[in-house]
Amino acid sequence: MVISLKCFAQLGVYLPENAEAYALHPGDTVAAVVERLGLPQAEVKLVFVNGLKAGFDTVLKDGDRLGLFPAVGGG
Amino acid sequence: MLKILRINTRTREYTFEDLGAYAGLGGRALTSRIVSQEVPAGIHPLSAANKLVLAGGILACTNAANSGRTSVGAKSPLTGGIKESNSGGQFAHKLPKLGLLAIVLEDKPEDGADFTTLLIKKDKVEFLDAKNLVGKLNYAAHDVLKAAYGDKVVTALVGPAGEQCLMTANIQFSDPDGRPSRSAGRGGLGAVMGSKKVKAIVLDPEAKDSVEPADGEKFKTARKRWLDILMGHPVTSQGLPTYGTAILINIINEAGALPTKNFRSGRFDGASKISGETMTETIKARKGAYKHGCHTGCVIQCSQVYNDKNGEYLTTGFEYETIWGFGANLLVDDLDDIAVMDRTCDEIGMDTIEMANTMAMAMEAGLVKWGDGKGVIELLKKVGTKDPLGRILGNGTDFTAKAFGVDRVPVVKNQALPAYDPRAVKGIGVTYCTTTQGADHTAGYAVCQNILKVGGDVNTLGKAGQVEISKNLQVATAAVDSLGLCLFVAFAVLDTADAVSVIADMVSGLTGKPYTADDVVALGVNCLKDELAFNKAAGFTAEHDQLPAFFRNEPLPPHNTVWDFTAEEMQAAKIA
Ligand code: SF4
Repeated sequence: MVISLKCFAQLGVYLPENAEAYALHPGDTVAAVVERLGLPQAEVKLVFVNGLKAGFDTVLKDGDRLGLFPAVGGG
Repeated sequence: MLKILRINTRTREYTFEDLGAYAGLGGRALTSRIVSQEVPAGIHPLSAANKLVLAGGILACTNAANSGRTSVGAKSPLTGGIKESNSGGQFAHKLPKLGLLAIVLEDKPEDGADFTTLLIKKDKVEFLDAKNLVGKLNYAAHDVLKAAYGDKVVTALVGPAGEQCLMTANIQFSDPDGRPSRSAGRGGLGAVMGSKKVKAIVLDPEAKDSVEPADGEKFKTARKRWLDILMGHPVTSQGLPTYGTAILINIINEAGALPTKNFRSGRFDGASKISGETMTETIKARKGAYKHGCHTGCVIQCSQVYNDKNGEYLTTGFEYETIWGFGANLLVDDLDDIAVMDRTCDEIGMDTIEMANTMAMAMEAGLVKWGDGKGVIELLKKVGTKDPLGRILGNGTDFTAKAFGVDRVPVVKNQALPAYDPRAVKGIGVTYCTTTQGADHTAGYAVCQNILKVGGDVNTLGKAGQVEISKNLQVATAAVDSLGLCLFVAFAVLDTADAVSVIADMVSGLTGKPYTADDVVALGVNCLKDELAFNKAAGFTAEHDQLPAFFRNEPLPPHNTVWDFTAEEMQAAKIA
């Protein structure tokens, strides 16, 4: 089971080498992945799973696309 | 007390007027009040009856953080409705030093009259021959004015597009570094200035008037808290300064809402190549500046200085909207090409959002291939020349679509859509449809609650709550624009409980009169009422509050949603 993982802006430094096919443990939540990356949860403001806003408790599936963002704005 | 300077561009008479009935207003509330009271709604926007109003906000005369934005108002040649176009630059910061709240350009010279440069001094206006500037691109024109009046000269310029009165023409304002880089972009207001045969407005750099707050202690306390609010929020203290507004490319792409190939998809394969992250890396490598303010007093500093491959200055104020429009929407993934397009628009004096969509029409028509950045640059350079193709393109998205028989035309009230697909960010779609301005994201930036989780959190693909969100944001934005604050303060304001009362305290400290959070809201509400009344008189009805049909008929990948609001459903987003 793998997901495609992206960490944006300041979170880019936490991106692992195999981000395009990041191995998942069965039952992994977003929070579990964030913890394994060594990324403090407080730094993550926005979680997208397959392009939809999601929470830290969302359970990930094979082939999911996970995007993690800090607080951002613009316009 | 600050005054309003009225200049008759035909007779060359001018008066410095007390504020009178306009007292208490500023920025957008002032421009929209003057236009709605003094300009008959049915007139031709390029006729003598139109007026061009350039105003600072209520707080422009103070040293409150981010309070120096400039509002420009008139009847828009592009939309046919009322327009307030908001810009950075030094203009609004300088106006109070001349004792001015606003400048109003009235009437127009006879056919065949020459262009003038208006030199505004304390208590005096000089009409100068603009022969030395006519036909010049904006940077070259500004250089001539710097040579004459010093590096610190503050200018408002129209480029060749404005001289030709084209509907994409903007007004460029000079920034703190002495570059004419900031645009009052939307709605073709450069054409109104051009129609009055004014090539440049020059504010005397020697002017040094100052306005003391009536209740200095109150103002100082509120001002300090205001600074803390802006510096305490992660978006206004970290995200925007580091990555600029282009930080949005990745997130809007991730959300499936980045309009790609003229609004055919919500994801662009080349997004990472044109992202804010890539831009910041590029800027650092080329020794530009990734933190930069568009006017004195900006503490957020979302702007930047972008150098070319050789480390030479190329552009500044390189915004998300521009990068999206000339990038994803045209399938161009070369950031340097997009930077040249941005600079080209600033030089010729054209709105980047309108021109980017116009280039999409050119691609639909086969004038240039999708993804051909160099081809786009060549086309842009035709605007402002004698080439009739330049005249067509310079008149914008809808005009170009008509000229070439294109039927996929993303406009509302004739103004081209910005960088969020309304099928995947429903709240911003409500704003595009219902704002008085034509398709405009800044008028009620519901991307906050739909995508960014600022000021709330709603389902971006659903309809629930969107009309209410858009309405509230439209009121808040009108107030922010009237105070002269940069709209980006909203990211912090929406998340901070006491922010609006702190703003009210700054106004109260300035004037010495009571001013509450309710007064801030009323400022926004009354401004919108003026604008809606003007548009109604100009012939706009609920029917005009709708997106083109293809948004309804074509599902947008990856979420495959369609636009499903009726115009009737959205009427509640407008102030009754
Ligand atoms: S935050 Fe950006 S747009 Fe706003 S005042 Fe500062 S530089 Fe200008």
